[in-house]
Amino acid sequence: MPDEPKVGLFICHCGTNIAGTVDVQKVAEFAKTLENVEHVATSKYACSDPGQKEIQQAITEHSLNRIVVAACTPRMHEPTFRACLQQAGLSPFLLEMANIREGCSWVHLREPQKATRKACDLVRMAVAKARLLEPLTERKFPVKQAALVVGGGIAGIQAALDIADSGRKVHLVEKEPCLGGTMAQLNKTYPTMDCAI
Amino acid sequence: MADVGRHPNIELLTLSEVKEVSGYVGNFKVKVIRHARFVDEKECTACNECVDVCPQLKPDEFNLGLTQRRAIYQPFPQAIPAAYVLNIDDCLGRNPIACGKCAQACEKNCIDLDATDQELEFEVGTIIAATGMEPFDPIGITEFGYGRFPNVLTALEFERLASSGGPTGGQVHRFSDGRKPESIAFIQCVGSRCQEPGNPYCGNICCMNTIKDTLVIKDQWPDIDVKVFYIDLRAFGKGFEEMLQRSRTRGVKYIRGIPGEIENGSRNGSLTLHVENTEVGRLEKHDVEMVVLATGVQPRAQAKDLQQLLSLQLHPDGFLLEAHPKLQPVDSPVRGIYYAGCAEGPKDIKESVTQASAAAGRAVRLMSQGSITAEPYTVAVDTDKCKACGMCLKVCPYNAFDWEKGAPAKPIEALCAGCGTCAAECRFDAITSHQFTNEQLMAQTETALADDSQNKTVVFACNWCSYAAGDTAGVSRFQYPANQVLIRTMCSGRVDEKFVLRAFELGAPVVLVSGCHFVDCHYIDANRHTQKRVEKLWDKLETLGIRPERLQLEWISSAQGRRFAEVMEAVEKLRSEVTGKEIAYTKRILKQIRKPKARKGA
Repeated sequence: MPDEPKVGLFICHCGTNIAGTVDVQKVAEFAKTLENVEHVATSKYACSDPGQKEIQQAITEHSLNRIVVAACTPRMHEPTFRACLQQAGLSPFLLEMANIREGCSWVHLREPQKATRKACDLVRMAVAKARLLEPLTERKFPVKQAALVVGGGIAGIQAALDIADSGRKVHLVEKEPCLGGTMAQLNKTYPTMDCAI
Repeated sequence: MADVGRHPNIELLTLSEVKEVSGYVGNFKVKVIRHARFVDEKECTACNECVDVCPQLKPDEFNLGLTQRRAIYQPFPQAIPAAYVLNIDDCLGRNPIACGKCAQACEKNCIDLDATDQELEFEVGTIIAATGMEPFDPIGITEFGYGRFPNVLTALEFERLASSGGPTGGQVHRFSDGRKPESIAFIQCVGSRCQEPGNPYCGNICCMNTIKDTLVIKDQWPDIDVKVFYIDLRAFGKGFEEMLQRSRTRGVKYIRGIPGEIENGSRNGSLTLHVENTEVGRLEKHDVEMVVLATGVQPRAQAKDLQQLLSLQLHPDGFLLEAHPKLQPVDSPVRGIYYAGCAEGPKDIKESVTQASAAAGRAVRLMSQGSITAEPYTVAVDTDKCKACGMCLKVCPYNAFDWEKGAPAKPIEALCAGCGTCAAECRFDAITSHQFTNEQLMAQTETALADDSQNKTVVFACNWCSYAAGDTAGVSRFQYPANQVLIRTMCSGRVDEKFVLRAFELGAPVVLVSGCHFVDCHYIDANRHTQKRVEKLWDKLETLGIRPERLQLEWISSAQGRRFAEVMEAVEKLRSEVTGKEIAYTKRILKQIRKPKARKGA
């Protein structure tokens, strides 16, 4: 562990997507009581440019070294916030997200109190993990300059030609004896009313 | 098609199938089986001499069996590659006594009856799945009598019939008597927007394809009477509404209502359609001489093989599931794999071409960087703690350890995909799974249950399937009780028995471990170890006098948002039935069995 964790927590309203169900202010008040939490802020849209700038400013101002963003699923904006940390000079892997939208506000629309309580739990869990995060470095791999296209219908043909025109090798695999797929069987095609082949 | 044939950067592998894909984004290793063509693609000039001597006649697939071809043939005149192909299953035999006439007739010696299948291997950075569609087979919809009435056709059969390269040279003839029909009816939504034996989704192309066919008919044979029976007409694309209006002005009649039954008509070969015309609220009978069923669109059956080879997932409608339905519509959930065309959903040609270019753009974007970065979700081994038991290598789906008996295991970073199964299996806590360490996951488990534990179910969910299913439930607004807290791991294989037992010790009434269905596991088969571990835990709980069903195991794919919500409902019901007495006993007994070890360590 390089230094004592100083956690910054940013809770996103996501317009009304989260704040319409979860009492964001209440979650923020609760979060202030958590161990190692140095700074708590709410944001209308954390993923927006101003939202990200606020995070970066807070990192500098409060010397934050762990960040928790309570917002949407990490499967959506984790890359956004990781880049945000990196620009602020932190390892992008010192980020933890609490999914209080897909996993909370959107699935408990009619139970605002319970949703708020659950959001508090999710934030507390994220902070607990964040305190233990360590800086990591991404792995780097070379990329083969070739593509496999499976299927030689109109879509496979177009994709293969576009990639091949970029100067890369394409292996186009078709199970039938020739190209064309279903399209080749069509007499005329809309909206041009010309032949398919 | 011809551009593909002559492009210097494209290796065209026809009669070929992908057999194996290993590796990861940027570095996929691909094995392809190339079935024998028996004709030299480069030398064959399509002179027809082999076809002339072939004695075998078989149904012609390209014309849907409406004509016949020889055992050696060219699928259609403009085929690429232009070379003939010999279907060995249709051939009388390689033995010259049996036949071999084609090989004798070919002056250029292009035919090799002893050719065998080849296995090819190559490496690629990206993959595009463009496995296409197949039309719905209406044989199961008995009320339309397809297969029973010769003059009831599918839309694709009509395409072949109307094509100048088709069985009648482009003349629309009735199959019953070879006569031009005086009237044709089109029935929309056949196998679409319905339940079994059809599909619930819209076929996307059928409305416009029918409108196009009506214009083809009216252009060539204005005297044919054309009627279209529909639910509603979906002519939403650029220029589509104009085509529909043109069709109406040409005298095509559009009748809102799908016939309930077709029966033999009053004249020879004619058909009577019984329909409720919902525009006027009247039951009607229509006599026509030919019926075309606007059959829906289905994913190719073989797409499923590729889906499993590439660890992709299927949407409930059977098409490949995209990474995000709105923001990443051409990306698969697996990095470096993209979708083009009907593999992802029903599409017309314009949309297929658009998506294919988008997929190619995504692939080129990834490759153009020369190198790519990957998340550092690898493992580290603490050589002091490692007892060299070899368990990590045994459970690793990627063989990503160097290990010799008696020596500590060494992880191989380039091979590790980061599932964390080894860390969960290591009995000596010697393995750190970066970003998902024991300490981090334990801290999440403990804080989740820091208060009000009797009202909470702890859910461990794998990133790719069950956690993503939770997201799908959210996007779809499927509501479920708010009593669960989710802990995300990359793979369900990462869920250590320690976490589960600790959750019970802290008073969790129910713990759910959830992952991908077996064929969908993103780490080859790491979730098999999840199952084994949970099964062992069930035995352990039973021995300790704890009801095993309080530990649940569920496989939920990322598309199964509704199922995720249903599972949450079910575990909540289970949770509400666990008594305070049970919880108190569980806490006591688990504390007892943990304590002696703690003393020993201290």
